[in-house]
Amino acid sequence: MTTPLTGAEHAEPAATVPAAVPRTLIIIPAWNESASIAGVIGEIGAALPFVDVLVVDDGSRDDTAAAAKQAGATALSLPYNLGVGGAMRLGYRYARDHGYDVAIQVDADGQHDPAYVPKLLDGLSEASLVIGARFAGEGDYEVHGPRKWAMSMLSFVISRLARTKLTDTTSGFRACNRELIELFADWYPVEYLGDTVETLVRTIRLHHPVAQIPVTMRQRQSGTPSQSPAKAMLYLGRAFFALVLALSRR
Amino acid sequence: MHLTILTGATALVLVGFIFELVRRRRLREKYAVLWIVVGVGVLALGLYPHGINTVSRMFGVANGASLVLFSAVLFLLMVCLHLSWEVSRLEDETRVLAEETALLRLRVDDIAARDSEPQRERERATS
Repeated sequence: MTTPLTGAEHAEPAATVPAAVPRTLIIIPAWNESASIAGVIGEIGAALPFVDVLVVDDGSRDDTAAAAKQAGATALSLPYNLGVGGAMRLGYRYARDHGYDVAIQVDADGQHDPAYVPKLLDGLSEASLVIGARFAGEGDYEVHGPRKWAMSMLSFVISRLARTKLTDTTSGFRACNRELIELFADWYPVEYLGDTVETLVRTIRLHHPVAQIPVTMRQRQSGTPSQSPAKAMLYLGRAFFALVLALSRR
Repeated sequence: MHLTILTGATALVLVGFIFELVRRRRLREKYAVLWIVVGVGVLALGLYPHGINTVSRMFGVANGASLVLFSAVLFLLMVCLHLSWEVSRLEDETRVLAEETALLRLRVDDIAARDSEPQRERERATS
């Protein structure tokens, strides 16, 4: 922090950032993602020089936090695994405490393209929460079977609640404004699917407008998505349970 | 008479054990009260094993053993529920602690880095 900086280094970000750009924090929850995390951070830095990047290392056993720091991000290391919801709540807490205007969640596996971030930011002028959504016209991502039924059910119910079409309610690519940062820093569900479904339901119930931006999601740089039919069935059950719980909570 | 010795002795051992745990502060007071009440109930039942029949007839239950089984199952179910509730609460609390340690660790690292900078500069200047 106290390293003497030359004037040019100091002035450079200020020169490229228009005054209208809000203070933006990209929050990346990461669990054992040392293989892909540096690439993701590097890509964000190249595409979006005006944002800060926070990696929440969710109790990784590999050197995710060190790799993130090496790549120029701030890294918060949780002592043990709390799940995506727990990591995100910590991220929002950090965003609140450091006075960020906008927080954007991006996955650590490289499936979210930072090129869409400016579009998400644009969306925030109309809405409090903007989701980068698949199945909205862009990209050719497809799911089948119980997983598809689960996603259809969630988007049908939540779209009706929000009175706007939301095609991808479980997307982990989303941006929110200061008001929601303050809400999520104190209240963020930690159960499976609660972090996506229940936050949406709560946001809508509190009369914050929600919008979506069509995005293309890429293949993950590491890890494999679960495909077995039993798991897909279980996913449907859990999605239904999460939705019923979210709707029953006031 | 033999029955009373068996049940009474069992109840006495149980009450003694609970009391010892409370005395050594191994049980928090809120649980201690619960278990002492249970112990006293078991003791009463142990010393007068036939008294339960009179009590159950008062409740309209024909057999004393049925009443004991019914209340035991109900009681254990409630204890299990209560413990699940306590575990969820504790998980919430440890979660907050984990977040807090992560934030503090970052701050400590920042401060340590800041503190070591001027020192290194001084070393560079003197060498």
